[in-house]
Amino acid sequence: MHYMQVPSHVEYERATSVEHALSLLSRPDTRVLAGGHSLIPMMKLRLAQPEMLVDINGLAELDYIRLDGGASGGGQLRIGALARHADLLDSAVAGEHFPIFHDAERVVADPVVRLWGTVGGSLCQADPSEDLSAVFAAARATAVIRGPDGDRLVPVREFHLGPYETVIGRGELLAEVRVPVPAHRGTGSAYEKVARRVGDWSVAAAGAVLRLDKHTIKEAGIGLTAVAAEHFVAAEAEDFLRGKPATEENFTAAAKIAAEHCHPVPDQRGPEDYKRHLVAELTARALRRAAARATT
Amino acid sequence: MTMRVAVTVNGTEYARDVEPRLLLIHFLRDELGLTGSHWGCDTSNCGSCVVWLDAKPVKACTVLAAMADGRSVRTVEDLERDGRLDPVQEGFVECHGLQCGFCTPGMMMTARWLLDRNPDPSEAEIREAISGQICRCTGYENIVRSVRWAAKKFRDTS
Repeated sequence: MHYMQVPSHVEYERATSVEHALSLLSRPDTRVLAGGHSLIPMMKLRLAQPEMLVDINGLAELDYIRLDGGASGGGQLRIGALARHADLLDSAVAGEHFPIFHDAERVVADPVVRLWGTVGGSLCQADPSEDLSAVFAAARATAVIRGPDGDRLVPVREFHLGPYETVIGRGELLAEVRVPVPAHRGTGSAYEKVARRVGDWSVAAAGAVLRLDKHTIKEAGIGLTAVAAEHFVAAEAEDFLRGKPATEENFTAAAKIAAEHCHPVPDQRGPEDYKRHLVAELTARALRRAAARATT
Repeated sequence: MTMRVAVTVNGTEYARDVEPRLLLIHFLRDELGLTGSHWGCDTSNCGSCVVWLDAKPVKACTVLAAMADGRSVRTVEDLERDGRLDPVQEGFVECHGLQCGFCTPGMMMTARWLLDRNPDPSEAEIREAISGQICRCTGYENIVRSVRWAAKKFRDTS
């Protein structure tokens, strides 16, 4: 006896332009279909049962990764929502300014899945264990949400309302993610993840983006995933670091604060104390590597 | 409700009226009779169903046939050309790259794609490329050897 996973009945439309997609998305109970590598498994499990899918895979205008602004920095990295994980992993310009993206994309799913899964899809899926949500939160990125009346900009730190829930409303589409690129050198970033096996969700993971002025931390961004950190951010640890010297002692102290302020849930991936231990260790490692990269 | 899906599979165009919820793997196996691609875990984990969609490997249990409408698919049936096995297939024969054979079609399609991009992959690169695919016989060592054999044959003859 075979037990086949079959999605519920669903209608399918292929968007021919962003405007067309927005008009289709104004109908109730409609979901955007991009890579489909989260949505289709959820549909097979009947965790998602939309009335209609709007396939945006043909919208080349949403598929790009580019740097706007001076080559010396001071601009923004613009990532189209339809850019694939593999594109971000392969992007030299993204890796140059934010090695955290390459760190993270190396451990998102597996190489075949990364060819299809999209950056925008990952953010919109809003899985509480999603890697890029923590990365974009650490980098203080902004989501560009397109709607019938134009674009609205939402900081990624305000993008998620909760697990599997975002601020995107009916008739809207995530178009782009913008990451501010500092005007001068001295910024470093890193991502550290522990998963049980290749391609699995994080047991816990931490991302850090540090802006240094000599040895002083001007700004710190710390993203956490899979441990129920509010908006994927370790805000108390960031506050602690701001203005302090970039020392091992301060990194360890900040990591401890991050571990205290998140809310990991015990599950088959581990008990709460283990996950807090991971948060402390991974946050410290990410801060160390980010600082080393900032000064090289 | 059904929709017309037209897909070029291994160079031949097929059109079928199917439900939009039909997965590509079932379209290939049940509608077209191309049973070389295997339906395995059904959860995007095992990779036995890997085919190429527009020249990129994809787990065919995780895309809808509708998404392939107007596009091209390549399956394991297309590796052999004019009665000649692809070097990847030869490698799996030469190096005992399969035991039960269930994961083999997906492994070979990913390996072919890897070699097209990287004719001389290291062992680590091969292991990375197939890291999203599972050999339940745990015969990874020989799969890696098979791909390396194919890479050498490919280099020697091209």
